[in-house]
Amino acid sequence: MTQPNYDRTRGLALLTMMERIRAFERQAELAATRDQLVLGAIHLSIGQEACAAGIIAALRRDDLLLSTHRGHGHTLAKGADPTAMMEELLGRAGGCCGGKGGSMHIADFGVGMLGANGVVSANIPIGAGAAHGIKLLGDDRIVVDIFGDGAINRGPFLEGLNWAAVFGLPVLFVCEDNEWSATTRTSDMTAGEGAAARAKSFGIRTEVVDGNDVEAVADIARDLVAAIRRDRQPAFLHARTFRQGGHTYFDPATYRAKEEAAARIASDDPIARQREILLGAGVAEADLDRIASDAWAEMEAALAAAAAAPFPEDGSVFADVQDIGSPELEAY
Amino acid sequence: MGVMTYGGAALEALRQAMAADPTVWCVGEDLGRGGVFGQYKGLREEFGPDRVSDAPISEAAIMAAAFGAAMVGTRPVVEMRFADFALCATDELINQIAKARFMFGGQSRAPMVIRKPMGMWRSSAAQHSQSLESWYAHIPGLVVAVPSTAQDNFSMMKAAIEADDPVVYLEHKNIWANEGEVDQAAPYQWGTARVRLKGGDVTIVSWSDCANRAEQAGRTLAAEGIGAEVIDLRSLWPWDRTAVIESAARTGRLLVAHESVAVGGFGAEVVATVVQEADLKARPRRIGAPRALIPYAPNLEDQLRVTADMIADAARELCA
Ligand SMILES: Cc1ncc(C[n+]2csc(CCOP(=O)(O)OP(=O)(O)O)c2C)c(N)n1
Ligand SMILES: [Mg+2]
Repeated sequence: MTQPNYDRTRGLALLTMMERIRAFERQAELAATRDQLVLGAIHLSIGQEACAAGIIAALRRDDLLLSTHRGHGHTLAKGADPTAMMEELLGRAGGCCGGKGGSMHIADFGVGMLGANGVVSANIPIGAGAAHGIKLLGDDRIVVDIFGDGAINRGPFLEGLNWAAVFGLPVLFVCEDNEWSATTRTSDMTAGEGAAARAKSFGIRTEVVDGNDVEAVADIARDLVAAIRRDRQPAFLHARTFRQGGHTYFDPATYRAKEEAAARIASDDPIARQREILLGAGVAEADLDRIASDAWAEMEAALAAAAAAPFPEDGSVFADVQDIGSPELEAY
Repeated sequence: MGVMTYGGAALEALRQAMAADPTVWCVGEDLGRGGVFGQYKGLREEFGPDRVSDAPISEAAIMAAAFGAAMVGTRPVVEMRFADFALCATDELINQIAKARFMFGGQSRAPMVIRKPMGMWRSSAAQHSQSLESWYAHIPGLVVAVPSTAQDNFSMMKAAIEADDPVVYLEHKNIWANEGEVDQAAPYQWGTARVRLKGGDVTIVSWSDCANRAEQAGRTLAAEGIGAEVIDLRSLWPWDRTAVIESAARTGRLLVAHESVAVGGFGAEVVATVVQEADLKARPRRIGAPRALIPYAPNLEDQLRVTADMIADAARELCA
């Protein structure tokens, strides 16, 4: 049963963002498999949309975000243009990074998205540093720094959390735990009680949330973001979710039982769950379907536009390396 | 004008930059007490603990956090304590800082000075003595500074802080106390060498403290009637190919000397570049350390040193 004071507007907005992320990811998958237009590896966030939608809904546009190799959803939720994102995946000139970064380095500084990262765990202390910069500049922005469950076994996790706690920095660390580190079950490779226990040991406020319940994610993110903005201290959110597909779009995930994934998808899909909530709140099914079909049409158009877009000029490979000793002047 | 030490000159440049620009700040272990070699002495008293920040012994986080803070508009001066410890922050420097501007299509900059005191100093053995400048010269995106005099440590530190690129700033630990005249208004242009001595018989190229030894060798040679042109590169990326090629073409003889291991060293780059561009009268030579590990015992350490005598001997052979 839905609560009497349920906020349908917010619920619909959260669903809309999740549908847009899923449609983007499905179109990206088609671009890779059907169209053979994505040349490098892409990591899809299908099944994890509630984390992106719920957490980033709590942010202002000028707040900052750092993400991982699985960062399309976060980037879209922060406000990036899906056509520019799709162009980036296709290596085109109009991509958010001019076709130079691709999926794993997707970034849109204009909306505060300071980059996905191809190195697991690396964004954790960089995000703490962005918060450090904010502290030095003295404004009231905050940073959200998202990483996977596999990232907590690298040193930058320890160094970054310690740093944020020692310096009292306005950063929300989010461990988006999809249970898998590439083809390895993360729990098999993680000692002790895992992400939340480790975060607590630094004296950082730590919360655990069902990461496939977008309303719960949005609620806790709103609380944590408000606390961080007010108290200028870090916080940590462990969001439990599930990676529905393979590690990359071409990974058939043969290392786990098909039934295991199928059962989880059937019982615990974040979009299906949110649709149930909205149906319970009296929203018509046709309206929910329209949200999905609009999202699909939007991302289909984004892919079509990207596929027709030009590749970058050859010379741009020498641009934006460095001013001093730039290869545009020094290459030989 | 005035006499400063090599270390003091960089400190003064940093102090002036911090006074002029409130976004400049320093971060590293033990900076509050002035830094391990006194490079930050007095700065905390003047600028406070936020801008002269101590740090946990977390080289990766020092590098990464300073990078994050650079991306949001501050200008960090990062202290790695010893160049050897910077290896703990290799991913942060090479995969993140050097690449960010390019990977993100020009959306970001990393205006950082990354200070890495390097070189052999007082029996510090294998983990506190290395000279790894050639590694950084190999990495697109980085500027590599290797100052050798008080004047250059003033002018280049100033220029490094003003630069919008990440500058790997390698000071030599053995010469903090070396004194020299410093003209604070002297201009400095990246990628320009300093001709330490003029000469017409042989071109000797060096950098960092080894350039001081090369100059010493050049003076000895001059007394013997051999004109050595001693060129101090000052920065390895960019480096002054024009000056080196011009000089080597004129003298017809080239010797490169560096403290770091000869194999795969930047001397090889200098020699390869020159032989493609200039006709030489003699086969070019390079001198660097043997590909051996820096030891503790002084007599063992001495076996790996590139000395003024060795440089002079090699130059004599070239001119014979
Ligand atoms: C330092 C580093 N080691 C290994 C890899 C290869 N790699 C890419 S993603 C990945 C798994 C990461 O798992 P997790 O952090 O849980 O993120 P997820 O893929 O589940 O989103 C690995 C091992 C890498 N990119 N960086
Ligand atoms: Mg994972």
